[in-house]
Formats: sequence, structure tokens, C-alpha cells
Amino acid sequence: MKKAKRADVWTLVSLAILVTYALFLIYPLVKLLVAAVVKDGQFTWQYFGKFFQNKYYGKTLGNSFKLSIASTLVSLILGIPLAYFFNMYKIKGRTLLQIIIVLCCMSAPFIGAYAWVQLRGNNGSITRLIAAIIGHKPPSIYGFRGIVTVLSLQLFPLVFMLVSGALKNVDNSLLEASENMGISGVSRFFKVVIPLCMPTILAAGLLVFMRAFADYGTPLLIGQGYQTFPVIIYNEYFGETGTDHNFAAAVAVIAIIITAVIFLIQKWASNKFEFHMNALHPIEQKPAKGLRGVLIHLYSYILVGLSFMPQVYVMYCSFRNTSGKIFVDGYGFSSYKKVARDIPLAVRNTFLIGLLALAAVVLLAILIAYLVVRRRSKLNDVIDTASMIPYIIPGSVVGIALVIGFNQKPMVLTGTMFIMIVALFIRRIPYTIRSSVAILQQIPMTVEEAAISLGCSKMEAFFKATVPMMRNGILSGAILSWVTIITELSTGVILFNRNTVTLTLAIYTQVTRGSDGPAAALATILNVLTITSLLIFMKVSKNKDISF
Amino acid sequence: MSVNIKVKNAVKKYGENTVIPNLSVDIREGEFFTLLGPSGCGKTTLLRMIAGFNSIEGGDIFFNDKRINDLDPAKRNIGMVFQNYAIFPHLSVRDNVAFGLKQRKLDKATIREQTDKFMKLMHIDEYADRMPERLSGGQQQRVALARALVIQPDVLLMDEPLSNLDAKLRVEMRAVIKEIQHSVGITTVYVTHDQEEAMAVSDRIAVMNLGEIQQIGSPKTLYQRPANLFVSSFIGRTNILQGALKMKDGRPWLEFEGGYCVPMDDVQPEYQHDAPVQISVRPEEFVISPDGEGIRAVIDDSVFLGLNTHYFVTTESGVKAEIVQESMIDSILPAGMSVNLSVKREKINVLTEDGSANILTGVLNDKQEG
Repeated sequence: MKKAKRADVWTLVSLAILVTYALFLIYPLVKLLVAAVVKDGQFTWQYFGKFFQNKYYGKTLGNSFKLSIASTLVSLILGIPLAYFFNMYKIKGRTLLQIIIVLCCMSAPFIGAYAWVQLRGNNGSITRLIAAIIGHKPPSIYGFRGIVTVLSLQLFPLVFMLVSGALKNVDNSLLEASENMGISGVSRFFKVVIPLCMPTILAAGLLVFMRAFADYGTPLLIGQGYQTFPVIIYNEYFGETGTDHNFAAAVAVIAIIITAVIFLIQKWASNKFEFHMNALHPIEQKPAKGLRGVLIHLYSYILVGLSFMPQVYVMYCSFRNTSGKIFVDGYGFSSYKKVARDIPLAVRNTFLIGLLALAAVVLLAILIAYLVVRRRSKLNDVIDTASMIPYIIPGSVVGIALVIGFNQKPMVLTGTMFIMIVALFIRRIPYTIRSSVAILQQIPMTVEEAAISLGCSKMEAFFKATVPMMRNGILSGAILSWVTIITELSTGVILFNRNTVTLTLAIYTQVTRGSDGPAAALATILNVLTITSLLIFMKVSKNKDISF
Repeated sequence: MSVNIKVKNAVKKYGENTVIPNLSVDIREGEFFTLLGPSGCGKTTLLRMIAGFNSIEGGDIFFNDKRINDLDPAKRNIGMVFQNYAIFPHLSVRDNVAFGLKQRKLDKATIREQTDKFMKLMHIDEYADRMPERLSGGQQQRVALARALVIQPDVLLMDEPLSNLDAKLRVEMRAVIKEIQHSVGITTVYVTHDQEEAMAVSDRIAVMNLGEIQQIGSPKTLYQRPANLFVSSFIGRTNILQGALKMKDGRPWLEFEGGYCVPMDDVQPEYQHDAPVQISVRPEEFVISPDGEGIRAVIDDSVFLGLNTHYFVTTESGVKAEIVQESMIDSILPAGMSVNLSVKREKINVLTEDGSANILTGVLNDKQEG
């Protein structure tokens, strides 16, 4: 009798979701693991051995670590003060600055890297400008320094947005109380504000680290021989010479282990700072006066300007005339004309693949969030855990796993649009689930119970009472997912072909061919799409705050 | 149509944790019945079992003669009012009230007519087209009540409906709730931890503690003849004194500390023997006199509250007690003054030594054993 009552409509939903995950996530990952340890039907450690015996690979691992840690630290150092200034002081032009900050982290990192090469590369405009002024060439942007610069400027907006969110939950009375006890200014920042935001800072640090660690495009374009993990994975699988699929799988497994360990360390650390805040009286922004005000504004404008510069430069380049692959004097639409033939397919694919992936992400995320928040059970705990796995798996590894999983009969999906949708779905869903869970936790269960007591079935109550209340949150989350979906590179680059190329992948193809003009033109189109999406987001969510 | 509710041997467990071990209660047709108890006593759990939002691990619940244990909550025809109102924020007041009627697929004219009728009844018709976020707490509560009643439920369930309102509004709303309940005549089960609120609205109250019903009765019964120590101290304020029951010449006498004795004629026959007892004396059941017979005590402090004056005293053996007296025109008794306390013996209650039962006659308890 009991059992029969529990097995309702939602149990079916749980099972369906579980099957989806088993097929598109667990199965490819298992195949990946098998590929890493099996040669000709025999178990072997040979591929892992190759990785650890060859110093070259060890060094690559070290490189990836160094630059991820450096980028994380720089992003935190840049982003936390900016968030603090924005929440403590009235910054002139804050709305515009905030839009720009969001735009910066929404564009694909490799476009930033590409623009920095244009600006500060050996023959870049700024390099030449500086050389003309100081008489000799400034230090090179290539290698470690360049990667960290590009990634930090790309990723600090994440820190900014997350920490801003945390600061909004800090009650003003806490700051007043500490002032009352004689702690103010800089020492209050370090003794009160930073500890209060610590859980968020750790979460932001993890997010930045994961992105930096998994980034594929930036080291490729600006690294100049500075090899990183994702690049090896890609080269071993798709390189022009000496590919070794099993070895690529082994490297991918090592990557997963490393990110999993980092994730666990972060979880352990943030558990130590577990507390909840809710501001009755949020911090009021004061006008920034005097020298302090000037410095604060200067810091904000320079940082935001610096991170936005590459994008502006790319847009500017798209209107320059080209001769062959080189920019020449004069302005026009020649770059756009060159890509005119590619645009319809790329835009069509971007929308088709993006929207289908988005629809799947939103629907599944809402259902999973509901199961996790309202229907705690062993089965749903499994779903909860499974859904968070992609969070720690680098995009290129997801790509490789899907290729290994679905390139043989009976399930040949490689080269189809479907596998691209699956990849984006898997990559994006953990974030959407998290935001949906957060929204759902704020909606009291009694609303649904009220609907049931008024005669609704369980499903009706969910769709008539709860979903409408989640609507705004879902919509804004969906638009953010949309933006990250259309700018996704590291998985797509492994899975795409001529017929499934999207705008981002088209840009990447042009960049690797050295066709700067067409790349800039496509990037500008992508930027316009991104900006439009964000403006719609702000219109819909009726506020200027964007969170993940 | 109103129903009576029978709960028979209900059991509620969360995993290994038993919240309600074995509970039976009869709620009469059309009455205003309140579940009262401290937080964690299981009152909301019981209400949600009746509503169908909590599973039932044992026993049965009947509406009239219909067993509803496995009936879907949507089909129990219940009107429910929640602590946080649970108003749909995306619907206007009118759409909130009409929600249940639309769900029942009634025709538009009927929905309109019924919705208008109940909005008028709850005095919210002027806000019909407002969104809930633009209503005050009291107005939201009225919407919740209208929404629950408009579907003509068999039973109205209310889970601490007033606890989110400020003190003044709470007093106002409980009058509204009582009046509506009487005019609609619907069987109502009301949950609260506020004993004053319970006394103000209820026909009968079930006092609960640790998942068990302690006593069921009218507010007057519970206050004047509590069934045990828990009820006597949970309903209203009381002072608990140690004493003894002594038989003298075949008559029971109550002996307080210091030898003060009063004759107790209304002790139940089975308890008429020498035994140590606990005595529950409410603050207004003491009489202070400067001399004469009584318990010797010293005044520690006093609070003048207009109608009454509260005295805080310590008896000779060190027990602290509170006394309420109607304020006199002459001066308040000063701290440090020695006084004698006598009791109004027809009002006080005498409990067994362990506090589990009241040994006086006239204790009414509708609670069913087992």
C-alpha cells in the first residue's frame, strides 16, 4: 500500500532522467576509462605509464597547474576589490560598466587571446606603439604571461559577479557594528568583509580554476609552445601526426582525477565556512569622494577597459580592408563579404543546436531541481550526483568521451547535430540545475500543497503553481545558458564537422587559418548576438545583476 | 456539507523516529476544534495527516464513515489555510480565490458569482484585481481564507494562520475567523501554539505534548480543571507547590508547607488517602493578607499593570511564586514585607505526586484512551 503510493508520476520522471544520464554521461565515461587501460583486449597500465615516464607530459601538467593557479589568484585579486567598490560606493556609469563586465566573460576566451595577439603580439599595434615610444620592443606577451593575462581578464568578471552577489547579502549593520568596535576601512575589508564572503570567494576560485584548467583556445593561440593539458588531449586525438587515442583517453582520465580532487578540496574548505546570510538592510552605496574616489574610479575604469579592449579591437578590425590575409588601410565590408557564404549555415546551426540544447537543459534542470529539493530519495540523490559530474569534467574530455562512446555501431552519433546538442546539454546542465535549485528552495512547498488541496494533481500543481513562480528565474538562467552555449568551444571543436559548424567554431576555424579579417567579422556577429541576448536578459529579469 | 472527523490509533513515523505513537480523537460536525501544544508536539503533523500531505504509518482517519487514509489530498475536499498563506504570487486576488473553482471546471458565471460572494464575505472585493505582493499580511490572510472556503470544503484546516501577523492584527483576525466559521458552519481544525488564541476561537481544544493528547475540552474546562500538570501549566500561568493530602476524621485535608491546611471536599474517592501531592495555584487564586492563616512568604517585587498588580514572592521554604491581585486604590505592598498567602480552595487544583492526573472531581476529558 505504501509502496504503491510512493511510486507516482515523479518516480517515472526520475527513472527517465537516470536512463538519460546513464546513456549520455556514464556510458561514454566508462568507455573512456576502458580505452585508457585496455589494449587489444588486455588490461594495461601502459598509457598511464607513458604519461608519467615522459617528462614532457609531466611538465605539461605542471604548466596547466601553474597557469590555472596564477589565473585564479589574479582573477580574485582583480575581481574582489572591484566587487567591493561597486557595492560600497556610487560608481559613475556603473550600469554600463556592469554590462561590459558581463559581456567580457561571456565571449569565448580564444577571441580574447586572438585579439591580444593582434594588439600585443610581435607585430601588434600596441607593441609597435610602445616600441616607437621607448625605442625597443616591450616584453613579449606570448607564453605563460600572455595566457595568465588573457585568462584573468576573461575570468575576473566571474569573481566580480559572485562576490557582488555575496556582498548583497551582507547586512549593513554588520559593517556598522565593526565600525563601532573600531574596525573600519582597509582593516574592515580584510577582517570582516573578506571572511563574510569567504564561501563565495572559494566557490568563485573553484569556478575560475576549472575554466582556466580546461581552457583550450587561449594556450593554443597565445601560448607559443607553452603546452597545456587540454591541448595535449586534443593533439593526441586529432593531431596531424602520431595520434594515440588510448593515450588521449588516459590523459583525459588523469584530467578528471585532478579536477575531482580540486573539487573535493574546495568542498572541504567551503564546509569550514558554512553559514547563511540574509540582509535585512543591504549595504547602501556611498558617494566616493576625494582622492579615494578618484582612485576607485580609475581602478574600475582601467580594469573594465582593459578587459573590454580586445573585443572592441576585434569589432574594429572586422571593418578594416584586407588584402589576402593581411589588413590594409581603409575601411569597408570586405571581411563580411568573404564570410557571407558561411554565415547562413553557421547562424542556422548556432540557433538550431543552441536552442535545442537550451530547451533540453531547461526542462531537465527544472525537473531535476524539483526531484532534488522536494523529493529526497536514494534514487534522486544518485541523479543529483550524476548531474554534477560534468561540473568537474573539462570540456575537451566530455568531447573525447562522447566520440569514444558513440563512434561505433550500434550507436554512431559522431558527426551528427545530435551529438553536439548532447555535448552542450551535458556541459551546461550542472549550472542550470544549481540556479534552479536555488530558486526552488525559496518557494515554499505550501504553495504547491495549496494547489493540491484546491483539487490539482501533483503534476498540475507543479506546472500551475510552482513553475509560474520559478518563471523569471528560469528565464534569466536560460538566457545566460544560451550565451554560454553559443560561445562554447572546447567540446564543440572535437565534435564538429563541416555541416555542424557554429559561429564560434567558424571563428576558430578562421583564426587557425590565419584569416584575421573573416574571423573578426564572424566574432563581431557573435558579439552582437551575445549583446542582444544579454539586453533581453536584463529586460526580462528587470534587474542589472547577473548571477550563475 | 460538513463532516465529523474520526482519527483512530493514528501513528506517524519519520524513519525510525516516532512522532505520534498512538492517537485517537473525534472531531464533531461543525465545531471549531483546536490542536494546541508547544512546538514539536505533533500538532501540525496530525493536521497534515488529515490533509493528506503526510503519510499515515498506522491507524485510520475517517470523514463521516469514509476512510480517507489513501485518498489523494486533491480528492478530500479540504480547504486549507497555511501559516505563510501560500497565496499564488503570480495570480491576482480574484484568480487566487477562483483557482479551486476553475480546477473543478465550473462554468464561468458560477465561478464569478461564488468568487464575488466570498471576496465580499472576507471584505477583499475592493482588491479583486490586485496582485498579492501589494496586499498587507492581514489582507493576504483573508484571501487565503476566501480561497479555502469558496470550494465549499467538507473540512477547513488552518495551520498557525495568525502567527505571521502583528499582535493587534492577530486579535482582529481571530475574531474574523471565528465569525466566518460560525456563519459557514464548517468543521474546522485549527493548529496553534498560542493558548490565548486557542481559548479565543475554539469550541473545544486538544492539548498535545510529545505526540500525545493530554486533554480535550472546552477552554473553560481546560483552565479550571486541567487533567494533569502539563495542561495546568501550559494553559494560563500557574504556581506549582508541594504539599500532602491528609485524612482527618474521614475528611480529606490539603496541607501546604508550613502546616497551612484547607479542607478539600471534592477529591475523587479513589484518591482519598494520605499521599504527597502537587498543588497548582494560579496567580489569581492566592489571597494576600498581612497576618492570619496561610503560607508565610516575603514580597520580592511588584509590577503595576493597571487593572491588576502582580506580586513576586518567595515562600519560607524558598519557592518562588507569582500572585495577581486586582489593583487597590491604596499603596502597593512594599518589597521585603512579610505576608501570609491563603488560597481560594474551590479554584485550586490538586495533582498526583508525579503530576500525571488531577485528583479532584469535575475534571472533564473527552480524550479517548488507546
